[in-house]
Amino acid sequence: MCLAVPGKVLEIKERDGTRMATVDFGGMAKEVCCEYLPDLQPGEYAIVHVGFALQRLDEESARQTLALFEELGLLEEEFGDPWELAAQEAAK
Amino acid sequence: MKYIDEFQDPELARKLVEDIHATVTRPWALMEVCGGQTHSIIRHGIDQLLPDEVELIHGPGCPVCVTPLEVIDKALEIASRPEVIFCSYGDMLRVPGTGRDLFQVRGEGGDVRVVYSPLDALRIAQQNPGREVVFFGIGFETTAPPNAMTVHQARKLGIRNFSMLVSHVRVPPAIEAIMQSESCRVQGFLAAGHVCSVMGTGEYPALAERFRVPIVVTGFEPLDVLEGVRRTVRQLERGEHTVENAYARVVPPEGNPAAKAMLADIFEVTDRAWRGIGVIPDSGWRLAARHREFDAEHRFSVADIDTREPEACRAGEVLQGLLKPHECEAFGTACTPRTPLGATMVSSEGACAAYYLYRRLETSGTGAKQPAQATAPAAVNAPRTPDGTSTAPASAPLEGSPVV
Repeated sequence: MCLAVPGKVLEIKERDGTRMATVDFGGMAKEVCCEYLPDLQPGEYAIVHVGFALQRLDEESARQTLALFEELGLLEEEFGDPWELAAQEAAK
Repeated sequence: MKYIDEFQDPELARKLVEDIHATVTRPWALMEVCGGQTHSIIRHGIDQLLPDEVELIHGPGCPVCVTPLEVIDKALEIASRPEVIFCSYGDMLRVPGTGRDLFQVRGEGGDVRVVYSPLDALRIAQQNPGREVVFFGIGFETTAPPNAMTVHQARKLGIRNFSMLVSHVRVPPAIEAIMQSESCRVQGFLAAGHVCSVMGTGEYPALAERFRVPIVVTGFEPLDVLEGVRRTVRQLERGEHTVENAYARVVPPEGNPAAKAMLADIFEVTDRAWRGIGVIPDSGWRLAARHREFDAEHRFSVADIDTREPEACRAGEVLQGLLKPHECEAFGTACTPRTPLGATMVSSEGACAAYYLYRRLETSGTGAKQPAQATAPAAVNAPRTPDGTSTAPASAPLEGSPVV
């Protein structure tokens, strides 16, 4: 939960009066609130935590971090089915 | 330096490790504040690459772990109500309250849902106007701004069936409490990078000066941690105690001004109990009085729930850096991820969980009191299966300590 994952902004639109972005995390797209980075633009990278873009990040750092997260299984932990993970944990 | 080959940039890792070895002349104890850093350290065996003189002490930086038992019990009470849809992050599901957890509440018929973002919970409230939707708002300064924005949105959109059970915690008062403790051994801090991405570095110079302790803002990737250690040790050897930013690619000195403004609008500072530690003055946020209508504690009258923590769990000592997880009598026996006594064993960022996942081969069979440093990181760097376990075979030979 405390993990903040870098992603690439694909598109920005408004929902309920709020700036929302579609962000790509290594092939997984999520809707992300970008009210805290009001001038964030498509093509830029940002650190995203619980569905909120919190800081910009350069492309190379973002790519490296994403590759590492994927290798370590952290993307699965962040975006996978939490009930499945909890059930597996309970059955260990 | 066998294990350095596993690093993303082995050559840079090697240089950082060599520089730390060349710099250090006497023992130093550093605390990494963030649970993500703890997992990075244990998973990659970073502590075992460091000189014997440099000890890393795990700090209280796991939001799930420090959430007090009474707050978990309040969550369980609210989640059990038939009119409630209780929304939480996945890693709170198996955190033990008194006698049960959210996973069990769902098994008993409670409508517990996992969300990725607090805004998902708000959307569920919009879609279910006849139900009460409650979001479990825990976490540090990184998690609080999204929750603040969600309350702001709920008010803006006039959503009345939404509320939040808030138990936010703040890092700087925890650092203060640790330094004031009589048993404190910490001489330098690796500050949590993502907390600082929101808050900036402005809260730290006064702490560094008052306690004469270096504070280095650090990320949680392996190279980030090594660089944080390198800078902290360099300061200590020189007798310096300043604030440095070793994570500048994500942390501007001012943090995120828009997020800080929203925090100030929605929350107010309050004393907060930390699980296993007790109350730390000014260490938390609660909803400001003008936003009380969104406060689940008041909406569901659970403010009076007050629970004592089990004595067998020594998570409080682990969270303060006074005890390493495997030094606890219950570690790996009475307390496992399947039967956790405390949140440090069940949270994905908990120190006990890190030791159980990556060090259990070392601690079992050689006695739970065996220091982890005595043997090699058998399962470190092994690829993980989807259930989070290491794929290292149980019979994997333990090799000698990594040579640096």
